[in-house]
Amino acid sequence: MRNSFDAVRNHLESREAIGFIPLHQATPDDWKRIGFMSGLEVHQQLNTRQKLFCRCPAGIFNQDDDYDGEIIRHMRPTLSEMGEYDGTALMEFRTRKQIIYRLNNENACTYDIDDTPPFKINREALDYALEISLLSNLNIVGEVHITRKQYLDGSIPTGFQRTAILGVEGEIQLSNKKVRLIQLSIEEDSCREISDIGHTRIYKTDRLGMPLIETVTYPDCDTPYELREAAEYIRFLNRSTGKVRTGIGSGREDVNVSCRGGDRVEIKGVAHNKWIPRLSHNEAYRQVALLRIKALLNKCIPDKSQWQIKSTPISFEKLNSDCPFINDARKSGQRIIAVNLPSFQGILSHFTQPGKCFANEISDRLKVIACIEKPNMISSESISEEGNPIDFDKIRKILNSNDNDAQIIFRAPEEDIKTALETIQERCLMAFDQVPRETRKALCDGTTIFERVLPGADRMYPDTDSAPIPLSEEYIDSLGKSLPVPINTRISQMKEWGIPADTYHYLLKKNLVPLIERISDDFSYPHKTIGIFLGHTLKHLEGQKQPHKEFSPEKIYDLFSFIRSNNLDPAIAKPVLSILMDYPNMDFTSILTSLKFKKRKQEELLAPVSFLIGKFREIRKSDRHDVTLNWLMGQIRNQAIGNIPLNEYSQLIAVQIEKEITE
Amino acid sequence: MNEDFFQGYKGDGLEILKKYNVRVWGIAEFETTRGFFKGTVLPRAENDDAHHIVVKISTGYNIGIDTNTILSMKEVSYFKANYKIPEKEFPFTPNLPKVKLIGTGGTIASRLDYRTGAVIPAFSPGELYGAVPELAEICNLHTEKVFAVFSENMGPAQYKALAIAIKKEIESGVDGIVIGHGTDTLHHTAMALSYMVQNPPIPIILVGSQRSSDRPSSDAALNLMHSCYAAGHGDIAEVMVCMFGPTSDEYGFLHRGTRVRKMHSSYRSTFRTIGDTPIATVKRGEVKLIKKKYNHRRKDRNVDIYPFFEERVAMIYFYPHMHPDTIDSLVDLGYKGIIIIGTGLGHVNKELYPAIERARDRGVAIYMTVQTLWGYVHMYVYDTGRDLMAMGVIPLENMLPEAAYIKLGWALGQTSDLEKVKEIMLKPINEEITGREPYNGYLIYQGGVPEVEDFIRKYRK
Repeated sequence: MRNSFDAVRNHLESREAIGFIPLHQATPDDWKRIGFMSGLEVHQQLNTRQKLFCRCPAGIFNQDDDYDGEIIRHMRPTLSEMGEYDGTALMEFRTRKQIIYRLNNENACTYDIDDTPPFKINREALDYALEISLLSNLNIVGEVHITRKQYLDGSIPTGFQRTAILGVEGEIQLSNKKVRLIQLSIEEDSCREISDIGHTRIYKTDRLGMPLIETVTYPDCDTPYELREAAEYIRFLNRSTGKVRTGIGSGREDVNVSCRGGDRVEIKGVAHNKWIPRLSHNEAYRQVALLRIKALLNKCIPDKSQWQIKSTPISFEKLNSDCPFINDARKSGQRIIAVNLPSFQGILSHFTQPGKCFANEISDRLKVIACIEKPNMISSESISEEGNPIDFDKIRKILNSNDNDAQIIFRAPEEDIKTALETIQERCLMAFDQVPRETRKALCDGTTIFERVLPGADRMYPDTDSAPIPLSEEYIDSLGKSLPVPINTRISQMKEWGIPADTYHYLLKKNLVPLIERISDDFSYPHKTIGIFLGHTLKHLEGQKQPHKEFSPEKIYDLFSFIRSNNLDPAIAKPVLSILMDYPNMDFTSILTSLKFKKRKQEELLAPVSFLIGKFREIRKSDRHDVTLNWLMGQIRNQAIGNIPLNEYSQLIAVQIEKEITE
Repeated sequence: MNEDFFQGYKGDGLEILKKYNVRVWGIAEFETTRGFFKGTVLPRAENDDAHHIVVKISTGYNIGIDTNTILSMKEVSYFKANYKIPEKEFPFTPNLPKVKLIGTGGTIASRLDYRTGAVIPAFSPGELYGAVPELAEICNLHTEKVFAVFSENMGPAQYKALAIAIKKEIESGVDGIVIGHGTDTLHHTAMALSYMVQNPPIPIILVGSQRSSDRPSSDAALNLMHSCYAAGHGDIAEVMVCMFGPTSDEYGFLHRGTRVRKMHSSYRSTFRTIGDTPIATVKRGEVKLIKKKYNHRRKDRNVDIYPFFEERVAMIYFYPHMHPDTIDSLVDLGYKGIIIIGTGLGHVNKELYPAIERARDRGVAIYMTVQTLWGYVHMYVYDTGRDLMAMGVIPLENMLPEAAYIKLGWALGQTSDLEKVKEIMLKPINEEITGREPYNGYLIYQGGVPEVEDFIRKYRK
């Protein structure tokens, strides 16, 4: 038996060798040890009526199959202004993708499909974006230059995104440190992908062209949690203007991570900030793993220039396997290719991410670059608990492999085999040199998969269709006059007001601090009371039920105005709010009626007490006054809500109990 | 000064660059009232204002810095970009046809022009091969730049030069000719060449692009492949225009040079055959005929060229209440021919009558075409038409206005005998007048109608 190599054990051992620990057990010392370094690119849609470079309405979305027409495009790489081709562009070109766009006449026009040149930039969007740039303490440019940023994945039908820098070199103040900002740009949003199977990728164009800003930080975050804090801060800052979109997909983060000795990897499409710590933690360790693989390879293969994969097609008869992988390939007319990777034993099953190994790095690229759907390969070092479905001893014989080689079999249509083999050779050779600079797609289990080669500055090109836009001093000054209060100031204010810290996240996320301020100032309620009401009561009610779509927290301002002018006790606010969230257009008097609320004087409120004391004495189980009081309050507290604070009411009743029973 | 260190800068911008000794392509640091900036100073487009310095920052983006905000600046290093489309030698493949690409200044492959901020064409076979390597699988390509003018600046001198260049190429034995051309007046040139180059033995194909090749989704590469395929392998030996069929990257049309027109200011599929169907569709590897009748490819090298043109010919687009002095002034300036583009079936208002009579009396050739583009001039239907004919206005059937204009210039370039001119005008050279209009020659469907919407959803337009 030659096949004595235990891939599952190797996977575990390599995991230990790089010192991987799960996020929840990790400490700042661990991140320090591996040289964790990270930064962010935060994308935020602006709440404008129209798209950025055309007059289509923004924010009108359609279902995947709700389209009026389709068009096809292919993308070709072009030279950058500096005379270079971009690496990503060349990779995308190799994939030979057919891109199909689905158009809905309601939300897309001929600009969206690149059959009309851009119209002048949407000034509403520019205003909003500059306001956020000023809030981010950025140096504002003198003149905005629209630039084309190439995207050959087809996500934009032109093949580039129109984007422009508004400010550079800013900073935000987190709880323990400052994080520097590289730049803020305004850009058009891309298409939404419907599917990507084989050589066909389908997009819909509803989101395309919507105004978006991107805030880019320096890699100043030293821990995954700092990274999350920075992401939250930028999100709160954007929302504090009240001019950005909220809801699913309106804010998205790309996370840049590296470890010491590694390289910048961009994790794309992080939809929730709470995913950030685990994704970035796992990525940093993936790089640590790749660096160990590099060391191992260079140790046992001193001259990588001689390293070469060897491959051969294998007939289905020879394989004689009926595992689903082989069966599917046979049915769909694909071929099976066996590949020998010299001296790669122990590499393919080397740990990279939780539940994943180096073989996944190859498989991901086969999907993306050679367009072979997964599962696209099986390696001789399967880390699956179920064991390997393929008899690799047979494969080794056919390939004439050495003991310390590793093998892959992959399946592919004839026309993709060449690219697949190139892709395998290329990825393996990279393992000798470096952590490849890539963009990776975030998965909800905290791991990532290869998306594409990381683009560089070479994909930028000036937009010859639009003129530069000067930003005068007067214009910038006028925008600067109406800026919202900075987030770190808001946090200090909430501390001063005594608002509990567990509400901050919710209040900032929903941009409710200005509302607290207005209600407190206009109707003289303590900030703390209103803060708790919004941060606990409103949040709690929202957690229980979906508010009516016309409900907005702004109604709470009117509610407190009503309470103050009718001289009610603020305790009534909670039951009223509960109804208001369902019926936001109901007037407050009607809500009070539906709550069976009656305005009562103190004498009226105390009138039944004497009778109830008598009643309690008939049924009592205890003579203790506090028991009496509790029972009484249970009977009549509802009539007090809104008329008198409950603690005050309870004291008055207590006095009366004392009086009557003692008598 | 051998080298321009301050490309495109003027006024304040130029002053401040000189003051701080900062050159274009220098990497500079700026202290400004708006904060610190750093990046490569780029040339400035000539028509942009004088108060900003353009800088490429490290992330690849360009920004402008207001000269009024600059407190100080300093060049810290210098790196001149070498902007060049990679040139690779175009490989020779035996058994592939020899195609000659004649350049006139279109944007088949291009690079940035800092002077105007626009794109300028790149053209050598090597450059083209670098940009569109697939061409080597289609043909053996040779190129020659005849001139470099923007499409709107093409005119009679260029038409004549092209006709002569085409004859030379045919005689030298090429299998097909492709002419790269800006799209705005592509059809004018196609019409001119249809008259000037008659009975060619090989395809002569005009091609352009609606999206310059500096864009990843450009139609340039596909148009070039389609036209090279049709020129090298196709059987249709006529002057044609090859551009996108639908806006999708699917197939191209081969339009007859006399019946084609640019119909949208920016669509890729802007060129349409008017009043007929295109001759064929073309994909890489296939020319699929739509029309059965056309001029077939021949082995001989015979071609007739007629490089003539009278420049004092004008077109008048009639509008209600047009004043007669518009025509009078042309006549007074010595114009020899006028194409009227009339309303409906070929009409103008009565107010113009005296001017038309005056023109006729002065020996000006006057012809009528229609603004509707589709359909024939029919001057017998209404009195107006009959009046005009009585005044000597000659109806040009279903000749497109541009085809008529070019043809009149060409006819008057050969003779000033108005009878002979009339004979030339009314005898079609290559279907600029067709005897009949097929039912599928006029298809402008309107969106919104269920059956049209179904069609659009089903087929990629």
